[in-house]
Amino acid sequence: MLVIHRECCGYCGACVSVCPEGALELIDAFLTVEDSCVGCGICTRACPVGALEVTDEEPV
Amino acid sequence: MKSRYDVLVIGGGPGGAVAAGDLAAKGHSVCLVEKRPAIGAPVRCAEGIGKDVLKEFIEPDDRWISSEINGARIVAPDGVSMTLEQQMAGSKVGYVLDRKVFDRDLVWQAASKGAEVHVKTRATGAIVEDGAVKGATIETCGQTREVRADVVIAADGVESKFPRWAGMDSAVPMRELMSCAQYILTDIDIEPAITVFYVGNRVAPEGYAWVFPKGERTANVGIGISARRARDGNRARDYLDRFVAAHFPEGKTIEYIVGGVSVCRPLPCTVADGLMVVGDAARVADPMTGGGIYNAMYTGRLAAGVASESISAGNCSRASLMAYDQAWRHSKLGKTLERNWRIKEYFITLSDEKLNAVVHSMARMNLREFSVFNLVKELIRHNPRLLLELKGLYDSLSAD
Repeated sequence: MLVIHRECCGYCGACVSVCPEGALELIDAFLTVEDSCVGCGICTRACPVGALEVTDEEPV
Repeated sequence: MKSRYDVLVIGGGPGGAVAAGDLAAKGHSVCLVEKRPAIGAPVRCAEGIGKDVLKEFIEPDDRWISSEINGARIVAPDGVSMTLEQQMAGSKVGYVLDRKVFDRDLVWQAASKGAEVHVKTRATGAIVEDGAVKGATIETCGQTREVRADVVIAADGVESKFPRWAGMDSAVPMRELMSCAQYILTDIDIEPAITVFYVGNRVAPEGYAWVFPKGERTANVGIGISARRARDGNRARDYLDRFVAAHFPEGKTIEYIVGGVSVCRPLPCTVADGLMVVGDAARVADPMTGGGIYNAMYTGRLAAGVASESISAGNCSRASLMAYDQAWRHSKLGKTLERNWRIKEYFITLSDEKLNAVVHSMARMNLREFSVFNLVKELIRHNPRLLLELKGLYDSLSAD
């Protein structure tokens, strides 16, 4: 699943622009992930600060 | 907020503001929504723009001009640099803006012409009926309502979602997304009227680092790298921190921003039934420089003109709005975007050795005749080994 490290996130939206599923959205100063996220990790490469991480954890 | 307007504009950046202002001035009912609580903040921009193109839209105003720029310098990986001075660069001189104030000024102008403006108000979905966009669901402080419009103008920036909700695939290919970080550094030694660009695979893979003055001893110092080259410990901010440590160890950071810039080709089509896409959302940022302010205002103005005619004619179909897509695509801007995309595709393949050769050739050129075309000729003259790989680029430029 995709983990957002909110303490690092600069809420810039770079990740939103590359998400092939349209699963990310930037709402003012916070980022949301929808269930349509497939954990492809493309967004983790776009992030300028490393605030996104795909982990093995199952969503709770 | 009413439940119906002639035009609903999503996003209060330069593209949305110019579109909203132009349409309101023509007497249309216009509603502009901005998801942020303040127009212009946070800034997501290095803030550079050419003087000549800015004047097409607005008279320069000291309130939002941080610096006047009369030259640009490119620094090669080996440290050799070449400088384009004012008389050589012709009209290629500009300003570094204060976007917080600039963007507000544009929205104020739109409001003074009669556009409604709502902040901390965002679109959460498209209203699509029979395949046509009819408006948007709009959310403010947890309350959602339907707002209908003859035309929706999506000016929702690099993180644009509205066209996707309407069925367009506008995702940026990962390799063509520049991942960027920028500090405003103060108390640093700079040349206050020169913008400096540093290229090289160690400095900024597939991108560049920039120093854009915002005062005598203050500058936007930033970096953009291709997302495909980013790794843990080698992200845009890591590259920026190394660049700053090497060049401005004495600098004090008074602002820190991050962002993404698309350097892909524009969307294959920027209209649909009832929908027009402008600015960064249309992926019309310049693929060479990443500059997008003028391109957003330009497409915003063209969209407003076509929207007005279509509304007056009672036909906001894709076919009618297509005049906007055709107009920007065949304009000087559209041709420059295509040409610069091709040049960018070539430049990102260059090793540091070849980048050195490019900058050395530029430094040798008679810059009064500077153009990309002449640069390629000069490169071939001094680097015959590059002939084969440059031929494709040369041919594609000759065709313009």
